[in-house]
Amino acid sequence: MSTMSMLRFSTAGSVDDGKSTLIGRLLFDAKGIFEDQLAHVEEASRRRGFDRTDLALLTDGLRAEREQGITIDVAYRYFATPKRKFIIADTPGHIQYTRNMVTGASTADVALVLVDARHGVVEQSRRHATLSILLGIPQMILCVNKMDLVDWSPARFDEIKREFAQLIAKLNGPTPYAIPLSALHGDNVVTHSDKTPWYQGPALLELLESDALVPAIDTTHPRFAVQWVIRPQSEAFHDYRGYGGQIAGGSFSVGDEVIVLPAGHVSRITAIDLGTQSLAHARAPQSVTLRLADDLDISRGDMISLANSQPMVTNHLRARVCWMATKPLTARSTLAIKHTTRWARAMVTQIESKLDVTTLEAIPNVTKLELNDIATLALKTTSPLVIDPYAINRRTGSFILVDESTNSTVAAGMIEAAIDD
Amino acid sequence: MLKESYSLDHLDALEAEAIFIFREIAAERERPVLLFSGGKDSIVLLRLAEKAFRPARFPFPVMHVDTGHNFAEATDFRDKRMQELGERLIVASVQQSIDEGRAVEETGPRASRNRLQTVTLLDAIATHQFDACFGGARRDEERARAKERIFSFRDEFGQWDPKNQRPELWSLYNGRVKKGEHLRVFPISNWTEMDVYQYIKRESLEIPSIYFAHEREVFSRDGMLYAVSHAVTLGPTESAFRETVRFRTVGDMSCTGAVRSTARTIDEIIDEVAVSRVTERGATRADDRFSEAAMEDRKREGYF
Repeated sequence: MSTMSMLRFSTAGSVDDGKSTLIGRLLFDAKGIFEDQLAHVEEASRRRGFDRTDLALLTDGLRAEREQGITIDVAYRYFATPKRKFIIADTPGHIQYTRNMVTGASTADVALVLVDARHGVVEQSRRHATLSILLGIPQMILCVNKMDLVDWSPARFDEIKREFAQLIAKLNGPTPYAIPLSALHGDNVVTHSDKTPWYQGPALLELLESDALVPAIDTTHPRFAVQWVIRPQSEAFHDYRGYGGQIAGGSFSVGDEVIVLPAGHVSRITAIDLGTQSLAHARAPQSVTLRLADDLDISRGDMISLANSQPMVTNHLRARVCWMATKPLTARSTLAIKHTTRWARAMVTQIESKLDVTTLEAIPNVTKLELNDIATLALKTTSPLVIDPYAINRRTGSFILVDESTNSTVAAGMIEAAIDD
Repeated sequence: MLKESYSLDHLDALEAEAIFIFREIAAERERPVLLFSGGKDSIVLLRLAEKAFRPARFPFPVMHVDTGHNFAEATDFRDKRMQELGERLIVASVQQSIDEGRAVEETGPRASRNRLQTVTLLDAIATHQFDACFGGARRDEERARAKERIFSFRDEFGQWDPKNQRPELWSLYNGRVKKGEHLRVFPISNWTEMDVYQYIKRESLEIPSIYFAHEREVFSRDGMLYAVSHAVTLGPTESAFRETVRFRTVGDMSCTGAVRSTARTIDEIIDEVAVSRVTERGATRADDRFSEAAMEDRKREGYF
């Protein structure tokens, strides 16, 4: 069997900018959509009295979404080419559903930002780009859609591309790829179009398949949060003690000298198990079981790392958060926090500033956060967390806040730094 | 940023994610259970659970909701596989729910016990006080499932509220529930039918014989082929004939259709899936055909 890699990308937008048409075309051309699904969408479109097949009905799977003709929640779609398996997180673009856009962006390797060539970079595309950068998506593709409606004008394409690049630069984001295309007619979606002799770059699918785009994994800092201690307590495995977890960064090898944080115990890896296999090396994002030379007190929430590349241990930190609850957040609020595999309680010691997603200005002196607000907070936690800045490692740099009275997830957090006391 | 660029094979990446999900639930919930149907997806779940917890035992039992209308090949397979694994099996019986008056058998030629499974499942969850149920559902199967979280919250009534799902960020799953509530957990949410067969091949997993082409007595209804069995009654215009078929899903005999196929090996199945133009549920499941949102409605009631 040939090996193929996996890439996750997020899309966002409204019905009008052609996002659903673009996804529909990618799925259709890569055989990610089936005849019964298409027949279903055609019939549903007919029943609604539309004169053309509305491909949005393919992804808008919930009754409420169909009734209102909008995307409310993230839909996951899958397709594969011989080179890659793709997971699309298709998210709503409306400000009211920012939290769902954040959900889709949190696991994406690539953000696909779609704009209508006639309208350029409008507020929704700005918001999607901004959130994508805040969520640390390391690669971005600007799809300038409906190029046929501006007569395939290279000047118009360059203008939009420039405007978008300026926005990204202001946010310290990655240099975006830009593609002129028509989702409706299929130009530059799967193959290079003859309508754009002035465009030398790849078609969208060619770019998505290319080695230029890689999964967003921290390959340099070895990180392993213990999830579950495996102790069979059976005759055959009397002394077996393994630490189950998923490698959150870098790689580990048998023989590595490791440090276990926050306690600071030092030991050596004697075995790396995966099912019945014994591995010499393992790397992110593999789920494995580590065995160590010494019998130490190690449990869920502890972080295994290498002595020369240690994360920080702190109970006071500064973070960007997206507030996702209708109930406002005020300073001094106490919430449950989940960071890697550790739960603790966190108190908001200060709301430092709030981000205006439209102007990108920081608004100081904020007393509370409302639904969908993005802000910088200072937090203190009841037990120490073993952290990296989010910009370095998305897994050890992220957390969620949970309301202890309802158990709802109310915030997504991205760590900026530890605060020295 | 200086970074070595590499990526795992897609099956390794999917496997790693699923193992992580299994271990999160084991650590955060007190009484999980793995729902096993005898079908290919739950067979994959068992292998993933082995990779998550061996050489120790699974920290949860396995449960099968038996409609009494299951394919004999699937229940035989279930018993054999459980014996090999040495794990604890609980069988929750739809027949028993009917006998106790908890569920009422549907009548007429199209009667099915598919929907009754929800009663049996929710009763079993309450009896055993399960607070998390692993299931083999995949998002590519059906449009309501495409929207469902990996940790999917159920209230005291076992209901799913699609408009009020918890945000699910990164791999920071929120496994918190109150007494009486539970989670449905789908470790292979991001797998497609093709991924499942490729994994079965890679891991040399056995699957029930009905997945492979075989000759059997069938009849045609609504453009689908069904097995002739004690679970169905043929209408006056329906007649039985022999055909070479295989099943793409393994569900209740009353609503699981067969497809014409000559695929007799896992490689031949993979080739067949690669050129298939119809989804597995579209080809074989009558239960999704009731309405545009048939699955969403059943899930709201507490279905798998």
